[in-house]
Amino acid sequence: MRAETHERPVTAGQLPTIGELLDRQGLLAYVLLSPALLILIAFIGWPFITSLWLAMTDQSVSTSVVRFVGLNNFTDALKSQIFQQTVRNTFVYTGVTVVFKLVFGVGLAVLMNQSFRLKNIARAALLLPWIVPTALSAIAWLWLFDGTFSVFNWVIVRSGIADRGINWLGEGTWAMAAIIIANIWRGTPFFAISILAGLQTVDRELLDAAAVDGASPWQRFWRITIPLIRPVLLIVLLFSTVWTISDFQLVYVLTRGGPANSTHLFGTLAYDVAVRAGQLSQGAAISLYMFPVLIVCVVALLVYLRRSST
Amino acid sequence: MTLYLPLSLTSILLLFPFYWMFITSVKTNSELIDLNGLPFWVFQPTLDHYKYLLAETGFLRWTLNTLTISVVATAISLVCSVLAGYALARLRFRGAGAIGAAIFITYLVPQTLLFLPLLEVVRQLGLSNSLWSMILTYPTILIPFGTWLLMGYFRSIPRELEEAALIDGASRLRAMTQIVLPLALPGILSAAIFAFTLSWNEFIYALVFTNSTDIKTIPVGVVTELVKGDVYFWGSLMAGALLGSVPVALIYSFFVENYVGGLTAGAVKG
Repeated sequence: MRAETHERPVTAGQLPTIGELLDRQGLLAYVLLSPALLILIAFIGWPFITSLWLAMTDQSVSTSVVRFVGLNNFTDALKSQIFQQTVRNTFVYTGVTVVFKLVFGVGLAVLMNQSFRLKNIARAALLLPWIVPTALSAIAWLWLFDGTFSVFNWVIVRSGIADRGINWLGEGTWAMAAIIIANIWRGTPFFAISILAGLQTVDRELLDAAAVDGASPWQRFWRITIPLIRPVLLIVLLFSTVWTISDFQLVYVLTRGGPANSTHLFGTLAYDVAVRAGQLSQGAAISLYMFPVLIVCVVALLVYLRRSST
Repeated sequence: MTLYLPLSLTSILLLFPFYWMFITSVKTNSELIDLNGLPFWVFQPTLDHYKYLLAETGFLRWTLNTLTISVVATAISLVCSVLAGYALARLRFRGAGAIGAAIFITYLVPQTLLFLPLLEVVRQLGLSNSLWSMILTYPTILIPFGTWLLMGYFRSIPRELEEAALIDGASRLRAMTQIVLPLALPGILSAAIFAFTLSWNEFIYALVFTNSTDIKTIPVGVVTELVKGDVYFWGSLMAGALLGSVPVALIYSFFVENYVGGLTAGAVKG
């Protein structure tokens, strides 16, 4: 597919060849974009519209005639104890894990930014929790937190810290602690590696100059390094927030939202209501409650990116 | 010392669950529930759980399914991302900014937001409980990232190379396939590895779209089929979790640089 000359004007009465048409940037651009847009519209755009409709009807496995119910599913959710609990859970889960992941991530990145032997192997190994399937690594955590056979409990009892082990997944507060621990374990590598990449862009001469001027390592870190890697920190934080709020796998495998709904997040509650209890429309409404949070994050990112690129 | 101590401590914390997976998978059932022995070591190693997993469960079938889905979804996504990334990076056209922003937004759409309506769409298309339900929906997770990553790559290739070819009479398509694409190979490789691991690890779509054993993927099969009622087959669960993680870990270890490059490209370039 090639045109003889690049920008030959097409005269009347002479139909342009396909090659010539594709040399026009506008048309070519849409042709090239169409496969991606087609898939995104069919499996994100269309489902999104479907979800608005679904959430405003009373569809369930038992309804034969679907009725329009307006915003009832949304208001019903707000009134339900379980939903309120889910909002609190999500808030705690996201808030605590993101802070820990950020602190550990920065710490680990600073460590990894030093030169030492086997650095490449260390870096590769540290990302493992992030790259293996979460549903599968969660199984290891399920066994680590087992009520009877938890190895943590073995250590706690044997070392004499306590007489009895912790009922990790059987008590609300401990179950929340358990999914938080597993999430921090899984997410810290992403923070560390991204922040490490940010650290590597920091100009050493700046730090050296500050050192010559008498700035302590601590001052150099807070006054020079942190401001310079702030864009990376911000992006990583926003991504992680979105992913953590919408988390599913860890909770599904470890607690299924229990005990007594104390670890339900939006995703697991929506799954329970829609798939296990068959209340499709109510589940869709619960999922959609994540949307405003998402919008805030996306807008923040876009505004930030636009500002930094101008 | 201030470096190696915290480093080794973190490494132990991060890698311990994998060690635990392995050691559990080679313990006999009696050793697994022995509360008096030392749990950190195995005294009578056995491969029984692996034999059970491979012979008595659908694990091999799930592996084949996961592989098929991941390869095809990755291929579809790569083609779409390369074309879209090139258009957004290189061509001037109306709506470029809006389309770029829209694709970026879809990158942040989590699976848990749309899995229920997507289930409806999959049903309407007659795809439920088939590999196609995953092959066609996974690209929605992969294309936004791939496009974004490749856009950055294409931009880093000097325009002059392409323009020289255009002046010499090559068409745009030709300039793209013969000059830009070869130079963008590292980026394409990053996108491919990313897409493959994301497909391999996907969970909620596979969980919701499938129900028969022989359509399941590894993560879903291991989680849903190796627990019978309240009985957990810990040994084979761990064997399945470990074997299911090996392929992504292997691919990742061969292409660490590409993976890290892809992962951090967005964050650093911002």
